[in-house]
Amino acid sequence: MTSYQPNARGYYGSFGGAYIPEMLHRNIEELQANYLKIINSEAFQKEFASLLADYVGRPTPLFLARNLSEKYKARIYLKREDLCHTGAHKLNNVVGQVLLAQRLGKRHIIAETGAGQHGVATATVCALMGLRCTVFMGAKDIQRQQPNVLRMKMLGADVIAANSGSQTLKDATNEAIRYWINHPDETHYVIGSTIGPHPYPDMVARFQSVISYEIREQLLAKEGCESPNYVIACVGGGSNAAGAFYHFLSDSRVKLIGAEAAGEGIETGKTAATLTIGSEGIIHGCRTLLMQTPDGQIEEAHSVSAGLDYPGVGPLHAFLCRSQRARYYPITDAEALNAAFELSRTEGIIPALESAHALALLPKIGFEPDDIVVVNLSGRGDKDLETYRGHFLREFTCL
Amino acid sequence: MYNRITQLFERQRSSILSIFFTAGFPELNSTARIIYALEQNGVDLIEVGIPYSDPLADGPVIQETSTVALRNGMTIDTLFHQLDELSSEVHVPLILMGYLNPVLQYGMERFCQRAAKCGVSGVILPDLPLDEYEGLYRQHFEGNNLKFIFLVTPATSTDRIRRIDSISSGFIYAVSSSSTTGKEDGFSSSQVEYLERLKSMRLRNPLMVGFGIHSPETLRHAFTHVHGAIIGSAYLKCLQNNPDVAEATRTFFERLGYAGIRKSIS
Ligand SMILES: Cc1ncc(COP(=O)(O)O)c(C=O)c1O
Repeated sequence: MTSYQPNARGYYGSFGGAYIPEMLHRNIEELQANYLKIINSEAFQKEFASLLADYVGRPTPLFLARNLSEKYKARIYLKREDLCHTGAHKLNNVVGQVLLAQRLGKRHIIAETGAGQHGVATATVCALMGLRCTVFMGAKDIQRQQPNVLRMKMLGADVIAANSGSQTLKDATNEAIRYWINHPDETHYVIGSTIGPHPYPDMVARFQSVISYEIREQLLAKEGCESPNYVIACVGGGSNAAGAFYHFLSDSRVKLIGAEAAGEGIETGKTAATLTIGSEGIIHGCRTLLMQTPDGQIEEAHSVSAGLDYPGVGPLHAFLCRSQRARYYPITDAEALNAAFELSRTEGIIPALESAHALALLPKIGFEPDDIVVVNLSGRGDKDLETYRGHFLREFTCL
Repeated sequence: MYNRITQLFERQRSSILSIFFTAGFPELNSTARIIYALEQNGVDLIEVGIPYSDPLADGPVIQETSTVALRNGMTIDTLFHQLDELSSEVHVPLILMGYLNPVLQYGMERFCQRAAKCGVSGVILPDLPLDEYEGLYRQHFEGNNLKFIFLVTPATSTDRIRRIDSISSGFIYAVSSSSTTGKEDGFSSSQVEYLERLKSMRLRNPLMVGFGIHSPETLRHAFTHVHGAIIGSAYLKCLQNNPDVAEATRTFFERLGYAGIRKSIS
């Protein structure tokens, strides 16, 4: 049977590893040597579980969306990660990593953020734990995700604009890594997705795996079986998808489907559909699929959704894609925006633009009437209201 | 086999100066002019930087020069063509330094063959892991008579330094502090301690210290503790301020007081 766990050096098949300059070697080695020991310890597990329950608000509901189900002729459930404290799945990972950082004696937490959800989650947990927090965010994202910038500041974090390159998530990640190189002793870098050098992809996937753990239990209670026919999630770096897929990876009955951001379209050059058009290379410390020029320069990604606007993807997804264990489809900006409005009007839930990419797959798959489908609703849409307003001004003015 | 880096260290054991520049900056075709100017000013080694879109270990100066170089159209292929043109006239050893991804896309074996053909003597790829070098690529470097230079930092453990020393060739690049390139903090006592610790390990390879060398004092420090020094950002800054390569280079060495420092130490 195929293993979906990385090997000791952090490889999923040929993807993963740790391609870092020597300046980060000690920090990465410290994490590699300790992460499993720490997160598998009873004390850690207890504290993690208790914070997930009482602070994050887990388990999140698994909601049978009756109107969507009727429309798409299947039993469609929404895994309500949007109901996590701070409004997205990102908090699961941050709680885990900050607990780990504390055990490594780190007093200063840094993070990169795209949509601002991971930044807000990090600022939140740092406020709770009394740790210093610095968040790097692309200058362009600071413009389009203002509410989250304000939230981070209110929570006491320093928000630093990344002005290099495309001024989005990739560049924020570069700046966070550079800061870490310059301040390795006191700092832990909380990466917000299943990307980066080993052990980050595995560590983040483990912290997010609570999503599929709960889905299984909830389905058992509601449907009398643990396995859905489909799990659908959006993929930026791949953390919410990794969490939603995790406990189903070895269960071949479950079809795993990812939605990546096509931006304006995969042929337009303005896209973030890494798994569809990317090629093998190194980005941010791991070997994976990425969007690059023939000369190996990393290309700028384009997506209306800041959280998916990334030219790489986690090595787990590169592996699942190559081995065809999971399928990934590109969803355009327009399709995602339509799906966001559809969910708002049919179920009374305003989704994050990222999550809307997953919803946009519903009309494309062709379900059997008895199919049980779980869509991971990774976040809520409050942060995206400006974008929604801009694109649907007419609909808003007629309200 | 004859290698210019080996030769250099056989000939000279102290006050060795290496200068890094970003190929394609300030102009696409500045490469030859910069190399001539550096050689004329008595530089012992030259590191030719392959520009990369996402230079993780670099500070603002190398980021900016890389962006300009890429905008100017620099590629690995173009660089090799430029080096082809000058190989018979240049005697100073050339080292290519860059990030792994562009080299992987070019093809590691092809890269090594092509580098050797245009007279390159060594390569530095800071994000190539030791294990991968040993397991996959070492043969290509050795087969093409290229030295592969690894970095160590103040945080590198003694065991790891020994391992790096055992598979490095040419020299070891001692990063002066935990930092990205271009910091101008000066030398602290802990840095001096670190360089002395490295020296006392009696490694097979000579030691060159880099990152943050930017002034007469820092250069003098470097020369007193190890075999030589590497300067990058400080030189590129001069080129940023004055695009006349020959003049900028001359000014740079005057300000650095290079001739005097070298004389006083040897
Ligand atoms: C709500 C939401 N969903 C999804 C993502 C994409 O990240 P990942 O692919 O790691 O889940 C983000 C990232 O910011 C997000 O905020």
